[in-house]
Order: sequence, then structure tokens, then C-alpha cells
Amino acid sequence: MSGETVKMTGVQAINEALAQAMAADPKVVLLGEDIADREGGGIVGMTRGLSTRFGDDRVRSTPISEQAIIGAAIGAAMSGYKPVAEIMLMNFTTVAMDMIFNHAAKLRFMSGGQSQVPMVIRTLTGAGWQTAGQHSDHLEAWFAHTAGIKVVAPSNAADYKGLTLACIQDPDPCIIIENNRTLFVPGEVPVDQGPIPLGKARIVQEGRDVTIITYSGMVQTAQAALASLAEAGISAELIDLRTVSPWDREAVLASVRKTGRAVVVHEAVRSFGVGAEIASTIMEELYGELKAPVRRLGGPYASVPFSKPLEDAFLVQPSDVVAAVQSVMG
Amino acid sequence: MTSLTNIPKPSPEILLDIFRRMLRVERNDDAIRRVIKTGRLTMPYYSARGQEVVPAAISSQLTADDKICTIYRGIQDMVAKDMPLRPLWAEIAGRVDGTCKGKGGPMHLTHPDSGVMVTTGIVGSSMPIANGIAWAAKLDGSTRVTVAYFGDGASNIGAFHESLNLAAVWKLPVIFVCVNNGFAEHTRYENGTAVDQISKRAIGYGMPGVTVDGNDPDAMYAAAYEAITRARSGEGPTLIEAKTFRFLGHVFGDDDKYMTKEEKQAALARDPLPALRARLLDEKIASEDQLIDLQEKIEAEIEDAMTFGLASAFPSVDELRRDVFAEEIAA
Repeated sequence: MSGETVKMTGVQAINEALAQAMAADPKVVLLGEDIADREGGGIVGMTRGLSTRFGDDRVRSTPISEQAIIGAAIGAAMSGYKPVAEIMLMNFTTVAMDMIFNHAAKLRFMSGGQSQVPMVIRTLTGAGWQTAGQHSDHLEAWFAHTAGIKVVAPSNAADYKGLTLACIQDPDPCIIIENNRTLFVPGEVPVDQGPIPLGKARIVQEGRDVTIITYSGMVQTAQAALASLAEAGISAELIDLRTVSPWDREAVLASVRKTGRAVVVHEAVRSFGVGAEIASTIMEELYGELKAPVRRLGGPYASVPFSKPLEDAFLVQPSDVVAAVQSVMG
Repeated sequence: MTSLTNIPKPSPEILLDIFRRMLRVERNDDAIRRVIKTGRLTMPYYSARGQEVVPAAISSQLTADDKICTIYRGIQDMVAKDMPLRPLWAEIAGRVDGTCKGKGGPMHLTHPDSGVMVTTGIVGSSMPIANGIAWAAKLDGSTRVTVAYFGDGASNIGAFHESLNLAAVWKLPVIFVCVNNGFAEHTRYENGTAVDQISKRAIGYGMPGVTVDGNDPDAMYAAAYEAITRARSGEGPTLIEAKTFRFLGHVFGDDDKYMTKEEKQAALARDPLPALRARLLDEKIASEDQLIDLQEKIEAEIEDAMTFGLASAFPSVDELRRDVFAEEIAA
């Protein structure tokens, strides 16, 4: 690494990753609604310039047909291409669940390894834009519950670039969750940022007393809680999972073994969420070493609401993280 | 849209080839049902007895490089495409020498070397994936075509609509083959579909559509010829509705209560296999001795495949950790 960095948003980082991957490998192709420059290069400009640079054959705008988009990506992936399909918003993946769940994720296994489906699904989501219950959900638990698809959730510009590159290189289907509250935040991205290994967490801040485990937009929320925790004399270790499935058990368990306390934070509804999997793993593996029960923070058992005060209450806030950490400190 | 003129009738050689493929399908179907009855195979089985002309007439015009995507009632499509029978039999028996190591089974056979890319157990799902395979051919600059087989019932699921529209907009080299056997599971065609011909739906997607007698080798050959030629020359997809009848109901063991005895008898009387056999003899395309010889060879191939499949070992439980991802999952 040269050490040189450039400041850019997540949107720009993703655009760079796609351009870099397409320039390096002619088999990388993009498809999705409104992604070509004729249609504006994506609803927030993530694919802007790519169809002009690489041609309309490799950057294909599609009809509003999510099953057809994912089906086309699967067939192309099985035929030697590396398609990156954009499903505009994560709730729209539900329209294509048969293709994602029954086919993309399972074809390698069900064919005894003959079919390979090296495709990427990029999808945007998150509460905070007042788009309510059909445009904001974090559905990572649905995908993480499905054997055969990797679930990736970047939290900052550099990771958007590195994890997008890693997903494109990966031999298996990956879904990348692009969170609306982090995507436009400028961050320093190393000039030579390459792929970031999937399944490996990042320790954002080291600490001694408690481990906060999170990913995606909630990394930002947890970071905002760190100053208050430090003021209260609590040394918190913050882990950004980066990949939700397969998740970095070793890094999480090593950290909690050290701190003895854990708080898992995610935006998705708490019930039956990723936090339950992580919390129960910690309890199964480290029961005798824990100084407090593992806490989970997540959305309430409700749809993401429209009204601003309700939406704010739906989202885990930095003050919630502080309170949860204080509660496990006893 | 071009409409081809001078579509050739199948030559005597091609007619004989269509018959060979039909007989291989039918003998194999007969053997599977026989072995299920003995209890040596335990599998859900969706026989296509009576529908043999459709994949045979299409496959007689496909190259080894052409691809197919089919459905749970799809063994006829792969056998007609000359998939080897040993890995097929080992797979339907759930054995390690199966084409999918026993992890897919009879509803999900895959054999890319024969062009059998996907067999799906989900109604309608052959079509969106066929589009992707066809898109890849287009990106490759190849003239290979992809056939998506599905039933009349699948033409009422959303994937049909999305797939036909996308294929037409992108001018993909796909042939959508709707095998209309008159019943969607147990529901009679007219109780589930308001339009009298599935092929009329092609108009709504801006692609050519045709309804043919799927039991007539000449008509089926001609419809496939036109669609394959169109796809190979870059002019896009075609919807073929092949009307036929499944003699043995939806699933093996089906009691057929939803159809009348009369219509079943009428369909059996139109069995396309003996009809084509009689024609080959009548038109002196083959002699009785030649046809007996052909049948014996096919039966020997099936017997060998059956013995091989049933003698193959069951997969190790370690297979649960393999092929989930490219990299084996840790124990």
C-alpha cells in the first residue's frame, strides 16, 4: 500500500470498484433498472459513466422485472460471466426470491458442484429517508439463513470499494447491502484499495471492557456512541463484521473472550435477527467466561414507519448503544 | 419479423433420428416406472409418456453446444438431448456417481456437458435462467441457442411474463417451448387459463408465437426449425405451444380422477410412438429388423445404466459440507 488516500463517497467508491473490475475482466457485466447512462447511470449515480465507457452490451438497463434480472444474471454466471445485478432497493429482492433463494444460492450444491454462479447482487436500503416499510428494510437475515449465498454489508467508503471488488472476484453468489446513511458519507479510500477478504471482520476501535459487534449503517451509530462511553470510563472494542454471512466467529469470540461482555447492534428488526445468531454463538462458546448476558439492539417488531419521529424511534440511536453498554457493565 | 418460407419437412434420416430419441425417452420412462414398482427406486416421478415428440423433434435440430433448461417433468428433455444414462440413473437413485452426486435427484438433474444446464422444481423458473444463458451466447458472439421447456401451467406464473418480455427486448436466442398437456397439475386448462391458445400471448411480448400439434413430428419439426433458425440468426425468441397429452397424470401414482376415461382413451389412441413407428415402416424409412435392433440397443443401454446406477454407493455425509460454496465448509 502506498499510504496515499483519496476522499470519496461510498457511491463513488462503488463506481470505482465496478469500473476497475470491468477494466480488468471483460467477463464482468452489469444489469439492472436504469443503470445505463441513457437512463441516468443509476438512481443515485452508482453506475454513472460505465455504459459510456464499456458499452451498452456490458452495462444493460433492464425492464422493471426483478425475477428476469436475477435469472439473467444466474444464466450468464453459469456460462462464464461475472454479472453484477443491481436490485434498486432491498425490498425489491422479495420479488426475485425464487431466483435468489431456490436457484442462485442452491445451484452449485444441487448440481453437485457442476454449476457455478459467481454473481453479485448490489442493493440499497436503510431507514432514514422516510421511504417507509417497502423501501427501507434490512433483510440480511433472510439471506444469511440461506446456504449458498454470501451476505456482505460495508459501512464506509473504503470498504464499499474493497468489498465490492471481493464480491466480484468471489466464485459464489454474493449480495452486497448498500446502506443509505453511509453511502454518501465521504471517507478516505486508499488509492490502491484492493479487494477486502470476505468473512473477515475489522476492529474499528480496540477496548478492554465490552465488545460492540455491528455492521453496515450501525457502525456509524456505534462510532457516535464511543465518545460518551469513553467519558463514562468504559473501554469499548468496536467490531465491524463487514460480512454478515459467513461471519467472522473467530474475531468476535477472541474479542469477547478478552472483554467478557458483548452488545450486538443492527438496524434490522431484532426478533429472529442476525444478533440472535451471534449472541447465541457467544453464549454457547463462552458461557463460563461472560461477565454479563449478551445484549441485542435492533429495530422494533414493526414495519419501518414514514413519520419522522417514528422513523427515528425505529432506528437504534447512539444513546441506545450507550445505554445497552452501560447495562452490561452492571 | 421474418416468416420463413420453404421450411423443410424432416428428411427420412431425421425422422428416424426423431424416432430413436422418442424410443430412448419412452423405454427409459418405462424402466424407471418398472424399477419404482419394485421398490428399488424411491423418488417422486413425473412421467412424460405421450409427450415424446416434442423434445425429440427439437433435439434432432440442436447441436451438442446448444443448451436446455427444463423442469421437474424433464427427464424426457435430457434423454432426447442425448444425456448419458449412467449418471442419470445414479442420480435418480441418489448415488454418488449421479450427475449431481445424488444431491439434486430426479427433479433437478444437471449435465452441462450435454447442455442440460438447469432442471428446476419450481414451476416457471426455467425461463429466467434460460435468458441468462442466451444472453451469454450473445455476448460471446456465438450462434448457440437455448431452449426453455415448461408446461401450460407455468405460463400463468410471473416468471413467464418477465422472461418473455426481457427476451424480446434484448432479442435473445431463446426458444420458449410450452408443452401444453391440457392439465396444470390437476386443473384442466380452461379452468386456469382464459385464452384459448398460449401462443396468442406471444403477441403481447412482440415475439412470434405458434401453436402446433406436439404429437405430429412434421409439425413439431417445422415449428422448431423456424424458431431455431430465428434464434441462430440473431432475430430473437419464439414461443412454441406444443399441444400434447400426458398419459400418466401429474405424478406417478396419480389416480387421474380429474380427467374423463373417454378423453384419456382418445389420447392413448393417438400415442405418437407407435404412430411414428408404423410410418417409418410404411414409408420404408426403416425395416422391422432395423427397428427391433434399435430397440434392443436402447434397452441394453438402459439396462446397463440401471445396473450401474443402482450399484453405485450412496454419497458420504461429508457431501453436506461440499458445494455449498466453492470452498468446502469446515467440519
